[in-house]
Amino acid sequence: MKKLINEVENVVKEQLEGMALAHPELTVKIDPHYITRSDSPVKGKVAIVSGGGSGHEPMHGGFVGKGMLDGACPGEVFTSPTPDQMYECAKAVDSGAGVLFIVKNYTGDVMNFEAAAELAASEGIKVQNILIDDDVAVKDSLYTAGRRGVGTTVLAEKIVGAAAEAGYSLEQCSDLCRKVNQYGRSFGVALTSCTVPAAGKPTFELGEGEVEMGIGIHGEPGTHRMPIKSADEMTQYAAEQIIDDPAYTRTVREWDGEQWADKQLTDEPFKSGDKVIAFVNSMGGTPVSELYAVYRKLDEVCKAKGLTIVRNLVGPYITSLEMQGFSITLLKVDDEMLKFWDAPASTPGFVR
Amino acid sequence: MSMNKAQLVTWLGKLNDVYAEKKEYLTELDAAIGDADHGINMNRGFGKVMEKLPTVEDKDIGTILKTVGMTLMSSVGGASGPLYGTFWMKGGMLLGGKEELTPDDFVKFIEAGVGGILQRGRPELGDKTMYDLWAPALEAMKDEAGNATEVIAVVEAALPVAEKALADTIPLQARKGRASYLGERSIGHQDPGATSSYYMIETLRDVLAG
Repeated sequence: MKKLINEVENVVKEQLEGMALAHPELTVKIDPHYITRSDSPVKGKVAIVSGGGSGHEPMHGGFVGKGMLDGACPGEVFTSPTPDQMYECAKAVDSGAGVLFIVKNYTGDVMNFEAAAELAASEGIKVQNILIDDDVAVKDSLYTAGRRGVGTTVLAEKIVGAAAEAGYSLEQCSDLCRKVNQYGRSFGVALTSCTVPAAGKPTFELGEGEVEMGIGIHGEPGTHRMPIKSADEMTQYAAEQIIDDPAYTRTVREWDGEQWADKQLTDEPFKSGDKVIAFVNSMGGTPVSELYAVYRKLDEVCKAKGLTIVRNLVGPYITSLEMQGFSITLLKVDDEMLKFWDAPASTPGFVR
Repeated sequence: MSMNKAQLVTWLGKLNDVYAEKKEYLTELDAAIGDADHGINMNRGFGKVMEKLPTVEDKDIGTILKTVGMTLMSSVGGASGPLYGTFWMKGGMLLGGKEELTPDDFVKFIEAGVGGILQRGRPELGDKTMYDLWAPALEAMKDEAGNATEVIAVVEAALPVAEKALADTIPLQARKGRASYLGERSIGHQDPGATSSYYMIETLRDVLAG
């Protein structure tokens, strides 16, 4: 393992200390770990907070700033943050208008954010947890923890962050975030494993001629392995998984002000005529030039399916340490979502 | 014979040793079907418990258990943090003021803890999680508690049941947690959470046996 680290147990702490020095516009707290906009709490504004394991940079800490997140809670590498981090962060950013937690559907994240929401609510903070579960690789919701939350998280943080900046209420932000999730779908491919610093060796072994299809963002193996194919073939496969996926119904838990309530949501399959934001993401180790090769084919597949790409995002935004590979996210957009996608944002990892 | 506070503190210290020793093994189990951090997280969590323990070891058992739960909740992360955190906290809430645990008290602690796992994680039997170990182990403890006069008898009754339950997680297909995303590929691997839970029961038996 070759990595730029000092002591394995200090990896996240030292990275945060460096981030604080590099970005005086952010406030970085070390005990417990969380990052906020330095001008928090912004009077009258709903606070948008997200978080997850470290190793997915620039998400989420890199998306803290005007127009996106008010706060982010980084966990250990690939490990969900803990409720005390989220609770302290929520207290620091709440202006009284409430806090929206954007939560990726991974069991640990869900449970820790639920515990945090209970803590915040008991302190009189208005909270809501909205789940992102967009990964079509995980098809059978009956026998998994549901779809994973991956690339759509980035788009949700941009769109809902702008809506909060524009004065949306907590309920309006929650509705919009739920809509983004229902309209967004992703699929990921790994060409290599990554190495979690504390483990010190690759999470899985992948032969020179093999790829993992249907991966998440934690170096976990995907749904299946296959011989590597051309960029066009892999792109077409991933795009078709997304575009041809049928409607998906799931039960999510949202906070009703006093307790958790189950809510059933169904997303809409893509159809000819849809306008989409196309997001081609690097898992960390794949250069942007290769992503453009993927984008080229993605554009062709979208056109063939009757989808119009009206905006795009190409680059490393939700990574998996140094893993080589890519993910594709397509998000059906309407005018409301497009307006907030185009709104200004000023963060270390995303500027508009 | 009741379980006294010194035995509880010894149990926690020994568990810390066990998680330090099994860190790589648990992480390897997790790498097969998850994201390779379970051993690292448990080791970090119990390390923090050891730092906190001196501040509460002269308090009642309920306070000690609650402190363990809070510490695990705020230091383990992942799914294990809230699950183990809730396990110890729920047990602690029942045992306020206690200086020692009768077999009945002990079973109540485990029952409340397992109830906490159910409440937080909503697992079902056969999902390939720590609950697959705790559910039968708790039943065995309850069965024994009626006629047991010593806590060790309760724990010893549960141990072989837990051992079998742990092996029984191997052929299961995961339906909860990160392993569930592997679908059929999760079959054939022992569940890391059930394994770390098994160490709790096994270590307590060793402590109570002296």
